[in-house]
Amino acid sequence: MARKQSSGKRLGVTLLAWAVAFVIFFPILWTFITSFKSELDAIAMPPKFLFFNWTLENYAEVQQRSNYLKYASNSIVLSVGANVVGLLFAVPAAWAMAFAPGKRAKDLLLWMLSTKMMPGVGVLVPIYLLFRDMGLLDSLWGIGLVLMLLNLPILVWMLYTYFKEIPAEILEAARVDGASLYDEIVYVLTPMATPGIASTMLLAIILSWNEAFWTLNLATSNAAPLTAFIASYSAPEGFFWAKLSAASTLAIAPILVLGWISQKQLVRGLTFGAVK
Amino acid sequence: MATRNTAAAGRLLVAPSVILLFVWMIVPLAMTLYFSSLRYSLLDPDKIGFVALQNYAAFLSDPNFIAALVNTLVLVGAVLAISVCGGILVALLMDQPVIGQNALRLMVIAPFFVMPTVSALVWKNLLMNPDSGLFAWIAQSLGLSPVVWFTNHPMLSVVIVVSWEWLPFASLILLTALQSLDEEQKEAAALDGAGPVSFFFYIVLPHIARAITVVILIETIFLLSVFAEIYVTTTGGPGVATTNIAFLVYKEALLDFDVGAASAGGVIAVILANVVAMFLMRIVGKNLEA
Repeated sequence: MARKQSSGKRLGVTLLAWAVAFVIFFPILWTFITSFKSELDAIAMPPKFLFFNWTLENYAEVQQRSNYLKYASNSIVLSVGANVVGLLFAVPAAWAMAFAPGKRAKDLLLWMLSTKMMPGVGVLVPIYLLFRDMGLLDSLWGIGLVLMLLNLPILVWMLYTYFKEIPAEILEAARVDGASLYDEIVYVLTPMATPGIASTMLLAIILSWNEAFWTLNLATSNAAPLTAFIASYSAPEGFFWAKLSAASTLAIAPILVLGWISQKQLVRGLTFGAVK
Repeated sequence: MATRNTAAAGRLLVAPSVILLFVWMIVPLAMTLYFSSLRYSLLDPDKIGFVALQNYAAFLSDPNFIAALVNTLVLVGAVLAISVCGGILVALLMDQPVIGQNALRLMVIAPFFVMPTVSALVWKNLLMNPDSGLFAWIAQSLGLSPVVWFTNHPMLSVVIVVSWEWLPFASLILLTALQSLDEEQKEAAALDGAGPVSFFFYIVLPHIARAITVVILIETIFLLSVFAEIYVTTTGGPGVATTNIAFLVYKEALLDFDVGAASAGGVIAVILANVVAMFLMRIVGKNLEA
């Protein structure tokens, strides 16, 4: 401890920190509370904070009226599926760059990362037209493909930073013992790399789950994930705040939990290893 | 220690990813470039013709483009200022020996995980609605008249929503950087009698300078193409008050069906993003060597 702080000062700082955190977190909390209100309570003035008739009917209605489960399952299929397929490409690539780097490995990594900098609108028109002509608009395959490609550079990059931390001597020892490339990957590398792969996967799923440019532009109904489902609440009929809140709570809860679990890896992943 | 065999195997393993990304980026980008030189409207697809740079001329001289460019810069600049300055303050606060630090961190980072369509709609309705929103109630309680946020201050409203999404990101990255500051260094500074202000400017700020740069660059890349928040709140309006370049291109392509003009806009967006990306790559590249 650098400076001795009086307990009074410490209490003050703690209170201030909690106040700030509460303000930042409040919109999420408020959404959660509102999701249990009746529509009339939701727009009541003055607002009802805790004392109202708590009800679950919004959750039932969200499912009934707009088939929440279909969108949720699309979100799951898209964000998990796209990244599982992405891993199939990314793991070998990251392995090679970490353990058998060619002369251009570094340039290649940077180039991959640079594809991430491309704004979506730069390629929106051709992708839209290509998808239209190939019947991929509003299809899980088409959108899954886009989400996979969007995350591929991050997958390769994050896996690479994790693989780099595995001591190469262990792999050499395995090679000396006559392990084939296949053995090396399956028996030596995989067990050591699993934690890294898991946290990479977690971050990738979060990013895909919340991706809203391509999902809004390429999906209309059949393949639409939760981002588009929520967007449909921007043109509401009648009172709808409680239902919007219930739908929102359902849409963000699972990913919030995943995010909280993976927040340490998040820093590394989102800064491409520049801040650890 | 790559033998020739493993190097060859290495190339083979990298190839699929490289090919995929190459096809994904280069082919559509080439098509965008090509389309941008055409007169090509989806409403009249038979009348395709080469017009060289006319689309760019039209796009660049379009008052909506100038407005969109200004809006893009205002949005990026304002959100950066708020999230980075706010992020430094929040990170400094969280770095203190406060009670319940882990719980605080979870609360502060949470908004970053909220999907953009949710944050935008929750803010627009539950908080900023002038009749029944929480802010209206606060204003009334203070004896003020409620602000009609999205109608009277559309850009400010979008800035607030987007800042709320990115403040947690900045806070988390900067907090991580702060926590790697040596205890010894802190003690030395305290022994030398450094006050909190000089401690911040001479010890803390230089230490987190790189993290700040990284936050600025990464946020800029994402902020240049803010889309969903505008799409579900203002749809670019009123007028073009909240239309940024991303939204303008979307409008030209998918609402006006003007492939040529939208493509020219897309190319301009790519150029803008690349200027920022160049700086980021340099920093990340340096880190790769270290």
